[in-house]
Amino acid sequence: MSSAQLEIQLIAALVAMACAIPGTFLVLRKMAMISDAISHSILPGLVFGFFITQDLNSPLLILLAAVTGVLTVIFVEFIQKTGLVKEDTAIGLVFPALFSIGVILIAKNANDVHLDIDAVLLGELAFAPFDRLMFGETDLGPKSVWVIGTILIISLSLLLLFFKELKLSTFDKGLAATLGFSPIVLHYGLMTVSSITVVGAFDAVGAVLVVALIIAPPATAYLLTNNLKKMLVLSCFFGIFSAIAGYWLANYLDASIAGSMTSVLGVLFLLVYLFAPKQGIFSVYFKEKQQRKEVSLLVFLLHLQNHQDPKERHVNHLQEHINWQKVQAKTVLDLATKNNLIQIDANNLVSLTEKGREFTDEALKYITTNKETAIEDLKKRFFLFRG
Amino acid sequence: MSITEYFKLLFTDYTLGVISLGTAVLGAICGMLGSFAVLRKQSLLGDAISHASLPGIALAFLFTGTKDTNFLLIGALISGLVGTFWIKSIVRRTRLKTDTALGLILSLFFGLGMLLLTFIQKMPNANQAGLDKYLFGQAATLVASDVWVMTAITGVSLLVLLLFWKELKLLLFDADYTKTLGFNTRFLDILITSFIVLAIVLGLQTVGVVLMSAMLLAPAAAARQWTNSLSTMVVLAAIFGAFSGVFGTAISASQNNLSTGPVIVLVAVVVVLISFIFSPKRGLLFREIRFYRNRKELNLKKTLTFMYRIAQNHKDISHPHAIKILNNFHGFTRKSLNRLQEEQLIEIQGNQWALTPKGYEEAARINDKIGKKDE
Repeated sequence: MSSAQLEIQLIAALVAMACAIPGTFLVLRKMAMISDAISHSILPGLVFGFFITQDLNSPLLILLAAVTGVLTVIFVEFIQKTGLVKEDTAIGLVFPALFSIGVILIAKNANDVHLDIDAVLLGELAFAPFDRLMFGETDLGPKSVWVIGTILIISLSLLLLFFKELKLSTFDKGLAATLGFSPIVLHYGLMTVSSITVVGAFDAVGAVLVVALIIAPPATAYLLTNNLKKMLVLSCFFGIFSAIAGYWLANYLDASIAGSMTSVLGVLFLLVYLFAPKQGIFSVYFKEKQQRKEVSLLVFLLHLQNHQDPKERHVNHLQEHINWQKVQAKTVLDLATKNNLIQIDANNLVSLTEKGREFTDEALKYITTNKETAIEDLKKRFFLFRG
Repeated sequence: MSITEYFKLLFTDYTLGVISLGTAVLGAICGMLGSFAVLRKQSLLGDAISHASLPGIALAFLFTGTKDTNFLLIGALISGLVGTFWIKSIVRRTRLKTDTALGLILSLFFGLGMLLLTFIQKMPNANQAGLDKYLFGQAATLVASDVWVMTAITGVSLLVLLLFWKELKLLLFDADYTKTLGFNTRFLDILITSFIVLAIVLGLQTVGVVLMSAMLLAPAAAARQWTNSLSTMVVLAAIFGAFSGVFGTAISASQNNLSTGPVIVLVAVVVVLISFIFSPKRGLLFREIRFYRNRKELNLKKTLTFMYRIAQNHKDISHPHAIKILNNFHGFTRKSLNRLQEEQLIEIQGNQWALTPKGYEEAARINDKIGKKDE
């Protein structure tokens, strides 16, 4: 591995971490699409900034572009407040307009601006190691490392300083406001940090892919944990993983690094989406199936308790009495027998056992008083086998 | 070529005619279907779908090896549909919210698309150039057969809209009620969403993946400002869309080095801005004027009521009083006094004013209303 390769991976990992931190809060605050808007609309800011500074890595340029990002948010909120269109339409109108202006500016001044449209969409990670920060004669490493490193340090220290406030206002805006944490300051603070991060990352990964780095790692982490700190750590981990794995994939395919980082994130998300222990598609599916079966079981037991008449309790009549399909009737019957809740006598008559009666009574009590999740404890106490 | 030349050539030059017809049809279908997207609060769905169709284009090229527009657009359609239904499934089945799901699919699919595009560019095959025109669109690549496909699909979607008009309208404004009436809302939802995906895919060649969503929203958002009726809105949106398409293409064709997409989008956004400001009922300008008029009207009424309360204490309602007793707090200005006189509600003689019988009646009416509100 050459030092340039190492540096690219370092930059990618730093970008991913810097994006994951504000991203976590954007995802939790249901403002993920704002990052999409910001990442597109900073383009005219970047171009104007470039006209002034003539240097893509100058701090002034980053500041100007970040201001454009915050202005976008303000503009969207202004349009929304007029009540002429809904919030989503406001976002959907503002950023394409600004992005179009940026693209046209670049196209019209192609000779003066060293930004091309491909770079806008994809970034130029592969060239980042060539643009070095020199201090006199000493080589201090690629400029991007310094830019992104500074942004990361700023957002990390802000995160540590205001963790409690951010957490509170994210999960309970009302309480945060009553306790005196201004929601407006936090909101625009977060927007400013997001804008600066997007601008810093823009150079490396481009307009659309920065959105992937902001949204995908936190969204993936959110499916795995309920804990904010764990979510932040996991997001950073996913980001760094995608940076390194993405680099080698791009190396192998000889394709865009940013594109392959995103694709790695996509595969990660897909895996978690399918297989996450609690939130994953498969586990949700099985849980729903289990619950459906257990609800049927409960209905069945209540039916038995309510009817003493042998005709109502005959195995063959269950189907017509509680309107079940044959297969379902059998699985419910099996489940009930396995759990010793019912007994079937020689005449194929079903009756509740002592345990079955006790369970049904308690379940009935639960249904009538309905105290939250008590039924799960109940099931744990009585069931040997789950549905 | 300047814009006027362009429009002069429009009717004589075959190629220009085809391109303009294509962009007009595209704008019309986008406006029509976009109205539904905007009203259903699915504006950003279009953004996600258009980005999500990029890997489809790249994959279609990889598998078929042709650059035939129809094959590529079928690829785009499939991947756009996959993206759309994945978004819906994420929202329904996990705790992630709509915005996150949209952003996820948008960026992940687009990233995959860019990976494939850059991979294709490095392939030892001279045929691959030109795929990146799908990023920002190039109307000049439209040929007659493309326009025919567009027109046919627009016709079909128009037919479907007319066929399911009442159901779709109901779904837009009261989805729960539609369900209780026994309509299959899931089917209707899939129907309209699929047509929105189709419209987006049609626009990819002209407007491009990145900005297609604005083409869908902008005409509809503009049309919304001028009317409260769905059918008028759909028609207006189609007209605005067609106008932006043709005009945008004309501007981009008359300049060097400009992709069509950004120009069309900017034209559409200008239409939106004009609508936001100048629409007579909802527009910001007339709204401000209305507020201003109401404020003035209120001041007049305030003055009149004050006069009424003074006049009530006298036997003769037309007993003159000094203007001096009126002040700004009662909404009094010399101008407002003159207006009251113009409307013959009061008479002014020198430094004195007196209510006319008509003014007394009017003031009594207002005063009664105020009294009723107080209770």
